[in-house]
Amino acid sequence: MSANSLTIAAARDALRKGDLTATDLTLSCLTAMDAGDGLNAFVHKTPEIALEHARAADARIAAGDAPAMCGIPLGIKDLFCTKGVASQAASNILAGFKPEYESTVTAKLFGAGAVMLGKLNMDEFAMGSSNETSAYGPVVNPWKIDDRELTPGGSSGGSASAVAADLCLAATGTDTGGSIRQPAAFTGIVGIKPTYGRVSRWGIVAFASSLDQAGPMTKTVRDSAIMLGAMAGHDPMDSTSADIPVPDFEAALTGDIRGKKIGIPREYRMDGMPAEIEKLWTDGTAMLRDAGAEIVDISLPHTKYALPAYYVIAPAEASSNLARYDGVRYGHRAKLGPGDGITEMYEKTRAEGFGHEVQRRIMIGTYVLSAGFYDAYYNRARRVRALIKRDFETVFAEGIDAILTPATPSAAFGLGEMASADPIQMYLNDVFTVTVNLAGLPGISVPVGLDAQGLPLGLQLIGRPWAEADLLNHAYVLEKAAGFVAKPGKWW
Amino acid sequence: MSIDIDTARKVAKLARIRVDESDLPALAGELSGILGFMEQLNEVDVTGVEPMTSVTPMRLKRREDVVTDGNIQDQVLANAPDQREGFFAVPKVVE
Repeated sequence: MSANSLTIAAARDALRKGDLTATDLTLSCLTAMDAGDGLNAFVHKTPEIALEHARAADARIAAGDAPAMCGIPLGIKDLFCTKGVASQAASNILAGFKPEYESTVTAKLFGAGAVMLGKLNMDEFAMGSSNETSAYGPVVNPWKIDDRELTPGGSSGGSASAVAADLCLAATGTDTGGSIRQPAAFTGIVGIKPTYGRVSRWGIVAFASSLDQAGPMTKTVRDSAIMLGAMAGHDPMDSTSADIPVPDFEAALTGDIRGKKIGIPREYRMDGMPAEIEKLWTDGTAMLRDAGAEIVDISLPHTKYALPAYYVIAPAEASSNLARYDGVRYGHRAKLGPGDGITEMYEKTRAEGFGHEVQRRIMIGTYVLSAGFYDAYYNRARRVRALIKRDFETVFAEGIDAILTPATPSAAFGLGEMASADPIQMYLNDVFTVTVNLAGLPGISVPVGLDAQGLPLGLQLIGRPWAEADLLNHAYVLEKAAGFVAKPGKWW
Repeated sequence: MSIDIDTARKVAKLARIRVDESDLPALAGELSGILGFMEQLNEVDVTGVEPMTSVTPMRLKRREDVVTDGNIQDQVLANAPDQREGFFAVPKVVE
């Protein structure tokens, strides 16, 4: 087995024992990264930085007392600002943008000794569920069952594809409506969206500020626990960052969930749900019951309104956040004609720089915030959001420890297959995940099985606020019971 | 609520995104479809429910109103499409 296919935990142990150097591990990943160009996952490669990080990590490991992430090669989603390295949120409007500063999350990871291999593809401004809205072109899922190329999901599609294909040990992702958990499920990896406020948003290009949260995308639950520990923590630069201690997530993986109450929400049993998803869910429920958990049928009555509420709130916040891209301070500026003034500059720049889906969401957001419609759409959606959150608070108050649901309504679909579909058909990909963002809760996607065609399927566990440690332990039990070890065959 | 071509033109203008006249009918159709999907929210009884402002009950932090950063003009301007004499440059705004 080559080093690039190691887990974070295995690599950490091998590095500490001296069986492996960070430089060799990094070279192994750089080779895999270059051989993986057909996946279009890495869009800005940084081999010089990687080797510099690796050499520094080797020195730290040799000196003893290196943190767990020291020497671990990572891919970084293009949404994170990385100093001096292109960070363009997969948008043409940020073409050429090289930040003068480092996001808090990447600063923490690199401070812990992690190695940056490069920046990863994604949907433009994290708006999409198939990685097809990217200015760099779509990412290809390493899983393949026929001559079609499949989507890795989105928006963290490059992260998912790179981790599943062993181009890196792990990657950063961000999740506004399911953008970590849906691609993790489509590629057979683990992805956790932490509680809102657990991880600093400073230096991450904003999409919808009340929903965005960064998290790790990894090969195992243990790796997610290790990496989340390095990403989380209070940051004075983000006023919504929670000033509470970060527990040792890895130490929480006891594998013991006896007596825990797992809620199965009846509203997630959607009409027309594929039989395979239904079966996966039933199987996952049995696994947790066999591990000693108590299974409880629960109701989250406002579930069906989560998606429409999300598609009011997220575009509203996006229209406001993306107002900053005006061609003045950074990124693209349109060539102006004679007589063009500043308004023409704004309008042409934004028409040229933003892709179709981003333009559509900005305009929806502009509409729902405009005079006369603010109450009817935006305020109503925020009221419904309060009810969705209340649904969860009610079941948690009744003693539920975690909630088990499907992660996605289907397995990965073919690139281009949704091109002529109504935008709402694409939005339905997030039907099981958006509730978690609206309620600010932690949610994790765990690979549990393969469908009849041989594509991975995931289940989602939802936890109480700030209970990531407990949630990861539930996920660890599910992972062990499912015994998912399948890997995509290398064709790229 | 369906969006007509005039409304689509107005929304594009408010969003400062240039949309060709020939593209407005398709845009109006797409926006109408999405708004139709949102109409489901009208089924929910929201009487007495306050619009959510913050997902976690937290008081936004306060800090001393003092300068903590600065003297980085070169860094601020480093990514500007056009800059002159230490300022961002834009087309003439005042005649």
